[in-house]
Amino acid sequence: MHNLTLAELSRELQARRFTSEELTHAYLQRIGRFNPQLNAFITVTQDEALAAARAADARIQRGDAGPLTGVPLAHKDIFCTAGVKTSCGSKMLDNFVSPYDATVVERLKSAGMVMLGKTNMDEFAMGSSNETSFYGPVKNPWDQKRVPGGSSGGSAAAVAARLSPAATGTDTGGSIRQPAALTGLTGIKPTYGRVSRYGMIAFASSLDQAGVLTATAEDAAMLLGVMSGFDPRDSTSVDQPVPDYTAELERPLKGLRIGLPKEFFDRGLNEQVGAAVHAALDVYKKLGAQVHDISLPNFWLSVPTYYVVAPAECSSNLSRYDGVRFGHRCENPVDLLDMYTRSRGEGFGAEVKRRIMTGTYVLSAGYYDAYYLKAQKTRSLIRQDFLQAFSQVDVIMGPSTPTPAFGLGEKTDDPITMYLNDIYANGVNLAGLPGISIPMGFVDNLPVGLQIIGNYFDEARLLCVAHSYQKETDWHRRMPPGFS
Amino acid sequence: MQWETVIGLEIHAQLLTKSKIFSGASTAFGAEPNTQACLVDLGYPGVLPVLNREAVRMAVKFGLAIGASIAPRSVFARKNYFYPDLPKGYQISQYELPVVSKGSVEIELQDGAGSRRIGVTRAHLEEDAGKSLHEDIEGVSGIDLNRAGTPLLEIVSEPDMRSAREAVAYMKKIHSLVRYLEICDGNMQEGSFRCDANVSVRPKGEQKFGTRAELKNINSFHFVEKAIIYEVQRQIALIESGGQVAQETRLYDSKRNETRPLRSKEEANDYRYFPDPDLLPLDISEPLINEVRRSLPELPDEKKQRFMQQYELSAYDASLLTSSRELADYYESVVRTIRGEAKLCANWVMGELSAALNQDGKDLNQSPVTAMMLAGLLKRMLDNTVSGKLAKEVFLAMWAGEGDADAIIAKRGLRQITDTAAIEKIIDEILAANPRQLSDYRAGKDKLFGFFVGQAMKATQGKANPQQVNELLKRKLTG
Amino acid sequence: MPLSPDEVRNIAHLARLGISEGDIPRYADNLSRILDFVAQLDDADTSRVPPMAHPLDMSQRLREDLVSETSQRELYQKNAPQAEAGLYLVPKVIE
Repeated sequence: MHNLTLAELSRELQARRFTSEELTHAYLQRIGRFNPQLNAFITVTQDEALAAARAADARIQRGDAGPLTGVPLAHKDIFCTAGVKTSCGSKMLDNFVSPYDATVVERLKSAGMVMLGKTNMDEFAMGSSNETSFYGPVKNPWDQKRVPGGSSGGSAAAVAARLSPAATGTDTGGSIRQPAALTGLTGIKPTYGRVSRYGMIAFASSLDQAGVLTATAEDAAMLLGVMSGFDPRDSTSVDQPVPDYTAELERPLKGLRIGLPKEFFDRGLNEQVGAAVHAALDVYKKLGAQVHDISLPNFWLSVPTYYVVAPAECSSNLSRYDGVRFGHRCENPVDLLDMYTRSRGEGFGAEVKRRIMTGTYVLSAGYYDAYYLKAQKTRSLIRQDFLQAFSQVDVIMGPSTPTPAFGLGEKTDDPITMYLNDIYANGVNLAGLPGISIPMGFVDNLPVGLQIIGNYFDEARLLCVAHSYQKETDWHRRMPPGFS
Repeated sequence: MQWETVIGLEIHAQLLTKSKIFSGASTAFGAEPNTQACLVDLGYPGVLPVLNREAVRMAVKFGLAIGASIAPRSVFARKNYFYPDLPKGYQISQYELPVVSKGSVEIELQDGAGSRRIGVTRAHLEEDAGKSLHEDIEGVSGIDLNRAGTPLLEIVSEPDMRSAREAVAYMKKIHSLVRYLEICDGNMQEGSFRCDANVSVRPKGEQKFGTRAELKNINSFHFVEKAIIYEVQRQIALIESGGQVAQETRLYDSKRNETRPLRSKEEANDYRYFPDPDLLPLDISEPLINEVRRSLPELPDEKKQRFMQQYELSAYDASLLTSSRELADYYESVVRTIRGEAKLCANWVMGELSAALNQDGKDLNQSPVTAMMLAGLLKRMLDNTVSGKLAKEVFLAMWAGEGDADAIIAKRGLRQITDTAAIEKIIDEILAANPRQLSDYRAGKDKLFGFFVGQAMKATQGKANPQQVNELLKRKLTG
Repeated sequence: MPLSPDEVRNIAHLARLGISEGDIPRYADNLSRILDFVAQLDDADTSRVPPMAHPLDMSQRLREDLVSETSQRELYQKNAPQAEAGLYLVPKVIE
């Protein structure tokens, strides 16, 4: 069963070839078998999953099931789940049980999906390798000496090893697309505002967006259709109708204008990854698309801009973890200041502290204009580049990451090198655009991803473009050896 | 040296919305601790704020009432600091672009010295914090977050006031205004209307401002005056003895009548304001402004002008009577019944009624004497049923809950004696009983007239009509 | 521009982060490198560029003024490190 895509599982369930309980059981077994080596899950909700599966089976029996009813999935541990530990990968929330469901969780739950558990992640989603998690690093199923990417590394590893047919993720600066690329998955980050942020623990509020990691674009389309849509509890949620993404998948690509930014192919890009992009473009040309050379002249500003904006917002967002109402509190505080500094000092790991301090610094008196205000302006420049590009082309393509998965521990000593792994991703978040990464081949036996960036609210086109490619190729069908 | 005081006030008015500014929790006062603190108010992981429409309307209402400009686009910002009653570690407020800016109000100066215009720099929307309770449990503080997220309008004045009295007059003006507008209940005990004062002194004639101290937590008009007076004296004494005023936050201690530096905020504040990414810019359209404008009630200044014209009252009387909407309404109810006696009605409302309210520490809406009851009493005074002097007794009886004026007059037998024959008879008896005084009077001792009036009133327990007594006595004495 | 240990201590204090003395040099080095890296932004000409706080050009939506929440204090306080009589307890607040 685990070899099937989510779409296939859905069809089989509807045809009653197996029950949700059987399916759920099979995945729980795989988790039991493989999770100890991969460390993809922080929490496995076995009992709740089986109960939900039985309820789904009853719905299917009654004939009031939707396409996703009874299909298992895993949630990144950044989404609040009622009655279930929600740690955000941090010691700070190691003892935190959310009293409520995130909107995303609620929507997928009411569609009848079965939650298998909560996946590992970089602490508070700050990281690109899943090595900042309080719960230890996640291993890449394609090579367990390598990272799965981050911050949605647990979700990526879980789906790549088929411990779950799909998983939710969040993407603040590449946290869905980069791990999807490094583990051979399809990962979509929708337009900012498309999916509600309510109940998704905030890292950087103007950049965070929820999405999914799946085997195929078709799977992503099914999930996104349910997750998306207006939520009155999120002021930044957009009140715009959600297209039927699945129905749009089969649109012909003929005449599609693909923009290829020359800046994506500068120094820093692994040559073989570059070659894989060009090979993918050949597939698109064959399907009738035209490739245009374009330029994003302010591309070089995206990582430094990101590392002002994201830390600034996170420094404020994470102030609520103060040991008063929830989360870690130090033993025997002598006074208020001691309670704050020790609780936060003990509760947060080094990367989170670095970012909080960076953010505190760039917002502080005397530095605000030079750093924060300046970054807000360079952010405008970055968006202008994209708007300019989309006046000429329909989608932008390029590599998702500069290299395939790197080794565990390889970049932990140098934050800047680590940050540059998201060089192609950051700008998309700063502009608020949708982006998808799909498998486009292998370099050194490791999967690499093609990033497709779309215009605002053009997810249907992104999914269709991705799906068209997946009909012509089978990269997305490959499974890591040892997990098939 | 001659010193000049410079004062600016920051007033926090809790807005009278049903729910909080960013959440659906109730704002009702006095609930059990933390029963009105929902996930958003508690700053739980993952929750997000959504702005309350009514809070925005109320801010616009205030802005229009002080002739201010309403920003077509304003922005919410985060003010970052750590404090146990501040759940998120930041307060959502407005910083660079407030919703209301550049308005003003006029204050009456004491003793008919005219009026002065005080500038209002800005008024912005923000959320209130919770409360730290220090009693009850040894060594720890208890945090109640029911108040967290209650909408506040922070009203910041220009440093336009030059004395503690002006500051109080300004504060009273704003207090009256927010209550007129029904955007704040003005309850200072419950903390719905709070004031911080920025106080500095400078040599008279100097243009540059002196270093200011911010006085926090002054929760009555009376204490605002006392705190400022104390602080001004402290600063002058400090400077005159060669010291320097520190820019700091000071707490007013009403028990000791002194101000002292606030320990918890001694370090330099660096609030790291930045636009709140969870909230989008607040756009206020012309149609919304017009709709709010149409809903504005008659404002204190307009009402005062109308009272001066319509009831021919002095500026002082009109100003007092319009200081609150309830008082003005009360007065107008009385006047409507007692037409043509506007001044008499004003005297009673400002005199007996206000005195009784003050003495019992009651609000007008708790007054045992309703406007109709007072009007009923005044009617009896005007138709000579009861004398002015006894009317005061009747009023106090009504205040004590003995019923309306007619019932009390009847029960206590206070009806005025206006029967000429009856009064004549009493006077005759008095003259007969006091032959010596009578002959002295007739010999030219005019002062004794008062003695005879007194005797007559005494004999009737004050009920004889004084005018009739006078006339009859004059006739008989000269007789 | 390298950050001094004192600057690191000051930032850590503003952010209420307890950092051991031994870790200060490492943070000073990391943060200095990050700040140097983001200082590239100085090279961009932004003289005529408006600041962008948000990806979407929308305005704030307004909620009707309705009470929609009921007390769930017991549930919410299950996560509290220390609560008593409905209050969250903290070391004494001194004003």
